[in-house]
Amino acid sequence: MSNDPQAIRRLVVLGRRYDRLFAIVGMMAMMVGILTLAVLLAGLIHDGAERLNWDFFQNFPSRRAERAGILSAIVGSSLVMLITAVTAIPLGVAAGVYLEEYARRNWITEIIEINVTNLAGVPSIVYGLLALGLFVYALDFGQSILSAGLTLALMILPVIIVSTREAIRAIPGAIREGAYALGSTRWQLVRDHILPYSTGGILTGVIIGLARAIGETAPIITIGALTFIAFLPPSPVTGDFPFLSFEWLESPFTVMPIQMFNWLSRPQAPFQVNAAAAGIVLVAMTLLMNGVAIWLRVRFRNRIKW
Amino acid sequence: MVDQTDHSFSVDVASRGDIDSVQGLKAEARNLSFFYGAVQALKSVNMPVYDSRVTALIGPSGCGKSTFLRCFNRMHDLTDHTRYDGEILFHPDNVNILRKSVDPIEVRMRIGMVFQKPNPFPKSIFENVAYGLRVRGEKNRSELADRVETALRDASLWEEVSGRLDSMAFNLSGGQQQRLCIARALATGPELLLFDEPTSALDPNATANIEDLIHRLREKVTILIVTHNMQQAARVSDYTAFMYLGELIEFSDTNTVFTNPNSKQTEDYITGRYG
Repeated sequence: MSNDPQAIRRLVVLGRRYDRLFAIVGMMAMMVGILTLAVLLAGLIHDGAERLNWDFFQNFPSRRAERAGILSAIVGSSLVMLITAVTAIPLGVAAGVYLEEYARRNWITEIIEINVTNLAGVPSIVYGLLALGLFVYALDFGQSILSAGLTLALMILPVIIVSTREAIRAIPGAIREGAYALGSTRWQLVRDHILPYSTGGILTGVIIGLARAIGETAPIITIGALTFIAFLPPSPVTGDFPFLSFEWLESPFTVMPIQMFNWLSRPQAPFQVNAAAAGIVLVAMTLLMNGVAIWLRVRFRNRIKW
Repeated sequence: MVDQTDHSFSVDVASRGDIDSVQGLKAEARNLSFFYGAVQALKSVNMPVYDSRVTALIGPSGCGKSTFLRCFNRMHDLTDHTRYDGEILFHPDNVNILRKSVDPIEVRMRIGMVFQKPNPFPKSIFENVAYGLRVRGEKNRSELADRVETALRDASLWEEVSGRLDSMAFNLSGGQQQRLCIARALATGPELLLFDEPTSALDPNATANIEDLIHRLREKVTILIVTHNMQQAARVSDYTAFMYLGELIEFSDTNTVFTNPNSKQTEDYITGRYG
């Protein structure tokens, strides 16, 4: 090692060269991802934009491509998501809170933890098979909105559990000690501190899970969703007492990705346009959900800084 | 569990020649040992805590003073694989608060704690102070408001925050946050207040404020304070305990400990020869 200024300069110039080289390689790697996505989206919009009008959202599927729409698919997707959210959120959050705050650390919880994480990686069609046996046949819910919603709930449960636990783990131990030192019970700690402070993280996980669920096709096909539905499920609100009806839970249904798949599998070109248009709507729905997740995260993070 | 000895504490106190036995007892550790798994952190500690007095715990890092403090509100119950041995008698009811049959939550309702780093909840100033009362089921708004104000006044924070009780506690400075935590602990009227190095994260000014406060608070509540700062112990406390390697080496009134310690180890420590 010498302190020769010339040598140092040469070393720096060489180092800088690698620096710049990696910047270029990294930029190109990033571009592969971004550009592919952009081209895909542009292609989708180019193919499908002409069909995106009010009628497309208002019409049922039809044998004539120009008159076909996604009404039943959008309603089906929304109702299935409703069931998924209503069942997966309380189960996932409760399980996450239990594992973090109540469960003692021992080999049983270790095994449960490893399994929960692994469940997140199980292929979705496997959930479809499980649901076919459990919900459709064993519990006799049939090929219904209820079965589909529960199937997807099962699928995103690990995602919600994991994100709940991560959000809870971000709460400093000092806050827990502070609450306990005032005489809180565990439940008071969870209700007044753990849940409010981890809401942002939990909601982010919930929305990411739902965004994944809304695009799922395989498990829904497995439990036997129909591909051609020209009616809406019975309305949940009725004219007679008790004004609420749950018949829609048992209704046959279709969802966005299945509608799209159905159109894609037809040979006629006009149906390909429909598929692309449905694709745009589906992408827009997931982007919107992810946008909401980001917004929630920023909002809650700004409110609570540890 | 040595329940039979529950009623013999007064004899024990009277027999201590070296300390003022006129003052009442608030609590007393008896043969208190504590284990983290297989590691013994406290070795058969015997120590009184006098009523309406400030008792300081000093000693080098890792000597077990914080561990000892945290026995008093059963904080160790929150950690797996910990074990208490011996007893802490709490007065006036003369109950061993370490007994398995005593609910730690009940203990914490009567014995408050202020931590090393200010740990306000990410809630408003008002909600922070009111939380202990809410835990106890207090819902009456005017009662809550009254007690929050009293607690904030007792913690000498009222003047600074009375106009912005609804603003977030995180907006306060470090010293104010620590006084808020003291107000939070005071609001429920604890009988004994534990301080775990309450000024170690604060600047000298805020430290002086807190020390002042602790000195005044002993009119209202018995205080047990852990400090790594010997000047602080000398300034705020009436009694001082010196701990080393999990053992209580010396306990006496603060003056004696600092001017005429019994043990060579205590003398070495307070003169700065180790620690």
